[in-house]
Amino acid sequence: MSLSILRPGLLTTVQDLGRHGYQKDGILVSGAMDATALRVANLLVGNPEVTASLEITLLGPRIRFEADHLLAITGAHLSPTLNGQPVGLNRAIWVRAGAELAFGAPVAGSRAYLAVSGGFDIAPVLGSQSTYLRAGFGGLHGRALQTGDLIPCPGPTAAGQKLMQALAQDAPQAAWAQARWTPGPELCPKPQPNPVVRAISGPEYTQFSPESQLNFWQQPFMVTTEADRMGYRLQGPMLERHSSGELLSSAVTFGTVQVPAGGQPIVLMADHQTTGGYPRIAQVISADFSALAQLRPGQHIRFAEVSLAEAQALYLAQEQRLRALRRAVNARTM
Amino acid sequence: MRLFPLGDAAVVLEFGEGISPATHRAIQAFSAYLAQHPFVGLIEYVPAFTTLTVYYDPWLVSDNGQHPPYERVAETLRQMLPAAQATAVAGPATDVEIPVCYGGTYGPDLAFVAQHAGLAPEEVIALHASPEYLVHMIGFAPGFPYLGGLDARLATPRKPQPRALVPSGTVGIAGPQTGIYSMPTPGGWQLIGRTPLRLFDPAWAQPSLLQAGQHLRFVPISEAEYQHRQQHES
Repeated sequence: MSLSILRPGLLTTVQDLGRHGYQKDGILVSGAMDATALRVANLLVGNPEVTASLEITLLGPRIRFEADHLLAITGAHLSPTLNGQPVGLNRAIWVRAGAELAFGAPVAGSRAYLAVSGGFDIAPVLGSQSTYLRAGFGGLHGRALQTGDLIPCPGPTAAGQKLMQALAQDAPQAAWAQARWTPGPELCPKPQPNPVVRAISGPEYTQFSPESQLNFWQQPFMVTTEADRMGYRLQGPMLERHSSGELLSSAVTFGTVQVPAGGQPIVLMADHQTTGGYPRIAQVISADFSALAQLRPGQHIRFAEVSLAEAQALYLAQEQRLRALRRAVNARTM
Repeated sequence: MRLFPLGDAAVVLEFGEGISPATHRAIQAFSAYLAQHPFVGLIEYVPAFTTLTVYYDPWLVSDNGQHPPYERVAETLRQMLPAAQATAVAGPATDVEIPVCYGGTYGPDLAFVAQHAGLAPEEVIALHASPEYLVHMIGFAPGFPYLGGLDARLATPRKPQPRALVPSGTVGIAGPQTGIYSMPTPGGWQLIGRTPLRLFDPAWAQPSLLQAGQHLRFVPISEAEYQHRQQHES
C-alpha cells in the first residue's frame, strides 16, 4: 500500500503534532502549522490525532492511490479533485486503488492537510515523523516531497475500515465516494484573509513605548513575503523599545511575537527556534494558531488583547469540541 | 524565583537577573528534579541563562477542563521548589576544545566587534580564545551552545536585522553571550569566526555534541587548518 507522488506541489511535507521533549537540546518542535486541521483530518479517518499527514502549501500535489484508502482533506481550500471531479473538504473520502487526487486554484487559506487512515509507514526520528526541513531529518528523507516519491502506508485502522465499507457500500460502482457528514464551522473554519488574531501581552511588553503598545493593538500588520514554517516577518508601524539593554536568550514558542531592533515584528510558527533574544511583545493564543497558519503574504492581521484566563478558557473549549468530534466519530464506527 | 506565563501553554521560572554560575546551578537542579518528578500534563522544559520555561498541556493540567490551568501549574512548580533546589546535579564535566578560524570570510563581523570594543582584531581573537566557557544551555537550533564567560570588553549588540543565512559552525557574539551556529539558519549575532566541527547529528546516540554544564575553550586555527579539518569532518 502506498501513495505515488506524481507532482509534488509547491511545498508538501509529512507532519504530525511535533517532536516534543528535545527543545532542551535545541531540537525544534516542528509539526503541523495548523494542528487543529491535522487533528480533525485524523479524527475523520479513524486515526489517533497525532498521526502524521501531508501538509500541503498553496499549490497542491498530484497523488495516485495505489490501494483502496480512506482519506480526509482539511484546512485551506485548495480546490481538490479526485479523477478530475471536485471533492469536499472536512469529510471522510473513500478511494479505490488507482484514483488520482489533484489540487487547483488556492481559494482560501494556505495550508491543507491530507490524512490517510492508518498514516504512513515512515520511521520516526526522535519520536516524531514530522519533517524538519532546515535540519534535513524526519518525514520522507528529511525533505519536501518530490515527483516519483512513494509513501508507504500500513493500511487503514480498524475504525477506518468500517468507515470505508460504509462509503463503498453506498457507491459500489464508483472510483471514490465521500461522506456527507462534516464537523461544524468551529472546528473547520473557512480561512479568513485578514483575521483578528488574539494575543496575550508578552514578557517584555512593558519595555515598549506607550505609543508602540497602542499601535501594536490598533494598527494592521502585513504578512511579508518572508513567511515560512519558521515564522512570518510582519510589516506595520515601528515598534520601539524604550529600554535599550540587550536581552539574555530565553525560550520562545509558536505564536511568540518578537521585535528585533529594526522595529518590525516577527511571529514565530511551527519551525520556531527553541530560544531567542529579541523582546517578546506578545504571544498569540493557541486558539488562533490556525488563523495564523492559514495566512498568506500580503494579507493583514490585527492583534486583539485578551487575558491569560480568557486564552485558557478558549483553549479548553477547543479541546472540548475536539473530544466531542472524537466521540461522534467513535459512535459511527461502533 | 519569579513565575510568569509565556502564552497559554508555558510558564517561565526566572531564577536570577544576570548570567551567573549560581543561577545556572539552580536551573540545572530544577530541570533534573522535573525530569525525575514529572507532573501530569508536563510536556517538556527548556533551560536558559536565567530561566527555565516549562511547557504544559492545559487540558491535562486542568484535570480535563475543570480548573484554571495556569494557577494549577504555577502552584505545582512553587511547591516543587524546596525539594528541587536540594537536588544535586552531576553535570557532564568533560572539557572540549573548539578549533576556530577567526576573521576573513568566516568571521565577517570581527572588524565591527573590534571597532565597537576599541581593540585591534588580533586582541579580540586573543580575548575570545582565552577564557574557559560554561555551556549554559543548548538552544535556538539543534546543538547550538550558549556560552557564559565572554570577556565583558567583547560584548557587542546584535545586528539590527538578522542575516538571512548564517553558515554552520559560525562563532558569534550577541550582547554578553557567545555561541556557535550548529546548522545553517537565519541569525542576528555578530560573526567572528567558524569551526570545522559538527555540533549536531540526529543519527548520533547523543544528537548534540555539547551539553549544558560542560566547559569549553576556543583554539584559533589557520584557514589552511580549517580546510583540512573540515574535509576530515565531512
